[in-house]
Amino acid sequence: MTSPSSPTAAETYLFDGPSSRRGRAMNKLFMSLRDEQARATFLADETAYCARFALSPEQTRAVLDRDWQAMLDLGGSIFYIYKLALMDGLSMQYLGGVFTGMTEADFKAAMLAGGRTDV
Amino acid sequence: MSEVIWGLGTSHVPSIGAAMDRGMTAEPVWAPLFEGYRPAREWLADHTPDVAVLIYNDHANGVDLDIVPTFGIGTADRYTVADEGFGKRPVPDVLGHPELSFHLLQQLVDEGFDLTVFGELDVDHGFTVPLSVWTPDPGDAWPCPVIPIMVNVIRYPQPTAARCYALGQALGRALASFPEDITVGVLGTGGMSHQLAGTRAGFINPTFDHMFLDAIQHDPQKLAAMTREDYIREAGSEGIELIMWLVMRGAMNAEITKVHSAYHVPASNTAAGLALFDNRAPVAAG
Repeated sequence: MTSPSSPTAAETYLFDGPSSRRGRAMNKLFMSLRDEQARATFLADETAYCARFALSPEQTRAVLDRDWQAMLDLGGSIFYIYKLALMDGLSMQYLGGVFTGMTEADFKAAMLAGGRTDV
Repeated sequence: MSEVIWGLGTSHVPSIGAAMDRGMTAEPVWAPLFEGYRPAREWLADHTPDVAVLIYNDHANGVDLDIVPTFGIGTADRYTVADEGFGKRPVPDVLGHPELSFHLLQQLVDEGFDLTVFGELDVDHGFTVPLSVWTPDPGDAWPCPVIPIMVNVIRYPQPTAARCYALGQALGRALASFPEDITVGVLGTGGMSHQLAGTRAGFINPTFDHMFLDAIQHDPQKLAAMTREDYIREAGSEGIELIMWLVMRGAMNAEITKVHSAYHVPASNTAAGLALFDNRAPVAAG
């Protein structure tokens, strides 16, 4: 039995092999942020920290600018990206708002109203 | 032989654990969810097994992307609660049951399930939140030893639903062949519908979720026949976690009795579901 190398569901972001390969350095950086000392080192000089993990210029810019959509596009896994968001004190609802063009408050309200059932 | 006495399917959303850890369960946004858990928790408190097997996925805490096991099993005598980047949850570490782990490993490998073996494993919210759903106030220790079975659901391609169901059936046979007479609870975790990233973020599909809650009891074959693309389309990129409920279901009898089920939207960005089953067939009325 074979299956497509990635699913066809339109507009559904998913983390597949090519994404994993593209985002490898960036996801390793995010993984390192579980450690308190690493978070302090990162915050002291974010550019140097990105260089240490060999991020591409585009990935470095996305991280420094907190461009969450670009991080996804450049191979970030949401569970790894979330570690950077957590460090910044941001929630998954905030990120949901960013990805869908809503404020965090509007995204939360949409979830409380039963979620987005029409997408 | 060991005997499976119950199966519990439950979401493992981190904010459910956070709400408990921060004393927020009575707040209006959380009270309906926890009220829905109450009958299941009461029943479970009267049916503590000797050992539990918990099927879950890690979220970049116990493993990273260097090695992504499709299926894994823990063989440790203790599993440490992971620090996910904001400190450990204030819950006990988890005691394992290495003898049963090694028995399951051998039986499952003999059946063709080549599990990755974790001699050491930090367990994250995917593991501890279901334990909290079962036992809200564990005190110094969880009710019994727990064996982790890990499934990759966050990196495509995930195992098929059919393979998860078959793993569960093999797990049921492996448990039955354990030489000691012990009782076992099986937990399948994750879901229900949710999509965290991209333009479909916030996606919820209550129609699918209710179908799943019914079919997991009465028609698991139907759920096992769905492709991963079906799951991603109908339940979202993260809703595919529901395939882990099929491992639990596969380890149970063909006919089981529902003790309680509950469904609530939202737990943060997710539809939260719970289904608790007694492994005995329904008793005919009258």
